[in-house]
Amino acid sequence: MDESQLRLDGNAAAGILREVFAMDVSGAQEACASCGTIGWMGAQHLYMYPLAPGAVVRCSTCGDVLMVLVRGGGRYRLALPGLRWLEMREPVQAPPET
Amino acid sequence: MARAAVQRRLTWRRGRVTRRVDETPRVRTLVLALEEDWPGHLAGQHVDVRLTAEDGYQAQRSYSIASAPEDVGQLAITVERIGDGEVSPYLVDELTEGDQLEFRGPIGGYFVWDETPGGPLLLVAGGSGICPLMAMIRHRAARGSRVPTRLLYSSRSLEDVIYREEVDLLAARSDGLEVFHTLTRDRPAGWTGYARRIDLEMLTEVGWRPDEGPLGFVCGPTPLVEAVAEALVQLGWSPDRVKTERFGPTGG
Ligand SMILES: Cc1cc2nc3c(=O)[nH]c(=O)nc-3n(C[C@H](O)[C@H](O)[C@H](O)COP(=O)(O)OP(=O)(O)OC[C@H]3O[C@@H](n4cnc5c(N)ncnc54)[C@H](O)[C@@H]3O)c2cc1C
Ligand SMILES: [Zn+2]
Repeated sequence: MDESQLRLDGNAAAGILREVFAMDVSGAQEACASCGTIGWMGAQHLYMYPLAPGAVVRCSTCGDVLMVLVRGGGRYRLALPGLRWLEMREPVQAPPET
Repeated sequence: MARAAVQRRLTWRRGRVTRRVDETPRVRTLVLALEEDWPGHLAGQHVDVRLTAEDGYQAQRSYSIASAPEDVGQLAITVERIGDGEVSPYLVDELTEGDQLEFRGPIGGYFVWDETPGGPLLLVAGGSGICPLMAMIRHRAARGSRVPTRLLYSSRSLEDVIYREEVDLLAARSDGLEVFHTLTRDRPAGWTGYARRIDLEMLTEVGWRPDEGPLGFVCGPTPLVEAVAEALVQLGWSPDRVKTERFGPTGG
């Protein structure tokens, strides 16, 4: 199978990212250190199961690695090689109006 | 919309299956009862589901929440059975009413629609990719929203169309929701809808013009999502008005 078929959106890593971040990262904005593009983490390319024991997020414009999160043996290792900045928002999670 | 003051830690919960609905021969909906502390969800969000074997081995997958936020106290996921899959055959064939399922959520802050982004909506689904879009359609109906919305929905055959009756009923309300089906493999005699994979021409006919300020949500198997997103950009849509949710290699 062609690897591109396994590609997901950064949005699909929102669960594992909440294991280390207090706030939602999929709805955060980011700037790629390589190409300078500003985008949403949820819209970047994600490579996760079954290719990686964690999550690899790549810039959807230039393909460079923005973030790697590996989990195992009771540890989390987070690498942020390609992020110039990351801007999270206060929670927008709201119960439905009744 | 009111902002919740605190976002709780995302923890694993257990929900009891209260109902199963056969949607198609390969697809089943599971309705889970929610505890009081469920924070509510936004249309388009998903949950992570975790299965644990007796020897401790765990498998985890994501499933979109298909029910509307207004449908309080419960949550529906709709799962397509992937023949050699690790998780989906169990969810579709073995989990029954009264069983517990472990999950966490609601998850995802990007692929969500809560009526405020406005603009006419284009929803494009392939197979089970309809699930998060159905939450948006149900949310829209529950709110009495009249945001002009077009759904372009690709299935293999008519019997593979998930939520067919409900979608057609909602479209018949003539409140601004229009539904276009395309059947890629088998068509019933006399079928007048589309009969091919979604392409540029179909998106030109069904989709909005970029200058109408549309917002697009595209969901389904990765190859379909990428083809549709590329075609929309080719048609002049700004990439940041096309939100995608790739489900991976699977699905119709
Ligand atoms: C955000 C999100 C939301 C989702 N929502 C839904 C939903 O609402 N409903 C739904 O039905 N699905 C949904 N999915 C898909 C779901 O998470 C699972 O991927 C799907 O159910 C298949 O899981 P499985 O364990 O049954 O199959 P798996 O065991 O994961 O295998 C799936 C299939 O892909 C093939 N495959 C996988 N990886 C490879 C590889 N590396 N090489 C070759 N073949 C491979 C397998 O052979 C198999 O046929 C969603 C996915 C995401 C990311
Ligand atoms: Zn880049």
